[in-house]
Amino acid sequence: MHELILMCFEFFKTGLFAIGGGLATLPFLFDMSEKYPHWINSAQLADIIAVSESTPGPIGINMATFTGFKVYGFWGAFLATFSLVFPSFVIIIIVAKFLNKYSDSEVIKSAFAGIRPAVVGLIAAAGYSVFKMAVLSGPVSSVYNILPNIEIASAFIFLTVLIAVHIKPAKKLHPIFFIALAAVGGIIFKL
Amino acid sequence: MSELFKLFTTFFKIGLFTFGGGYAMLPLIEREAVDKKRWITRDKMLEYFSISQCTPGIIAVNSATLIGYKRRGFWGAFFAASGIVTPSLAIIIILASILLRIDDYPYVLHALAGIRAAVAALITGSCIKLFKSNVKTVFDFIFCIGSFIAIAVFGASPVIVVITAVLYGLFLKRKSGGDVDA
Repeated sequence: MHELILMCFEFFKTGLFAIGGGLATLPFLFDMSEKYPHWINSAQLADIIAVSESTPGPIGINMATFTGFKVYGFWGAFLATFSLVFPSFVIIIIVAKFLNKYSDSEVIKSAFAGIRPAVVGLIAAAGYSVFKMAVLSGPVSSVYNILPNIEIASAFIFLTVLIAVHIKPAKKLHPIFFIALAAVGGIIFKL
Repeated sequence: MSELFKLFTTFFKIGLFTFGGGYAMLPLIEREAVDKKRWITRDKMLEYFSISQCTPGIIAVNSATLIGYKRRGFWGAFFAASGIVTPSLAIIIILASILLRIDDYPYVLHALAGIRAAVAALITGSCIKLFKSNVKTVFDFIFCIGSFIAIAVFGASPVIVVITAVLYGLFLKRKSGGDVDA
């Protein structure tokens, strides 16, 4: 019970501070995995990201539901999603009441101008956590031992997908396509 | 049919059939709310989208909440938001209970290891796109790298980074505001 309340609080915090959509919740999820490793670890988080990108619905909601399910089954899933949505629901209703003032407000615009570049850095940090876990073998204590720890087959999948999402015909493909291909790659290379 | 029910089913449908998260949903929300149901005007819709992006939380859920609120007040907001979230809840709960049961089979383990490398690449790809559209000035660049280092190297809480970013935005505004006035 205590755990469940703690989890609700974590998702409430995520809902309140994650600005810029679903991916912006990622750094908060990784923060959770560090604070509460028995809830979820970073490898499981990567699986959750894959499932969330390959299923319908907003990615942020999918990730919260899955994480909550992992922590406390059905009620964990329900309460994680509820706690994630609750703060923005309240904020949106307040904003809707004072709508005209909000969207023209210089203060809001400039606060958001500061958030945008920071969010890119935050999501990149979450991406780096996935990278370390997926492409490197063993714990990486500093930047200097990244190179010798690279898993060749994983790095191959990583680079192939990274290049594919940037070149013309492939970049229109849905992420689910790359995820399926990587699953086949993982089985072939026995990762 | 009551409009509350319509709000729920419409957003339920959008939640069920859109892959690819918030940004992929916005055109669908626009088509349903503006063109088909005529709940709001296109101008209002664009305004709602921009508000949804600069308020905390999930963009698609925020847009649904705003439209629901505009139509039917609190309960409208409640039913619209519940509608867009319900399919995810159901699908993910089913998938998660299956996946957590099979995730120690060797083939599943290999497949998941491959998938993780792809996920790392997909996030890196999203970051490159986000970087191009959101990091314009030298200060933006410093701030972006700074928040990366704060999290990846020093393990700072993302809450602290977001609060610092808001203060930074307000500080820049005061500075540039002064310049413009002068």
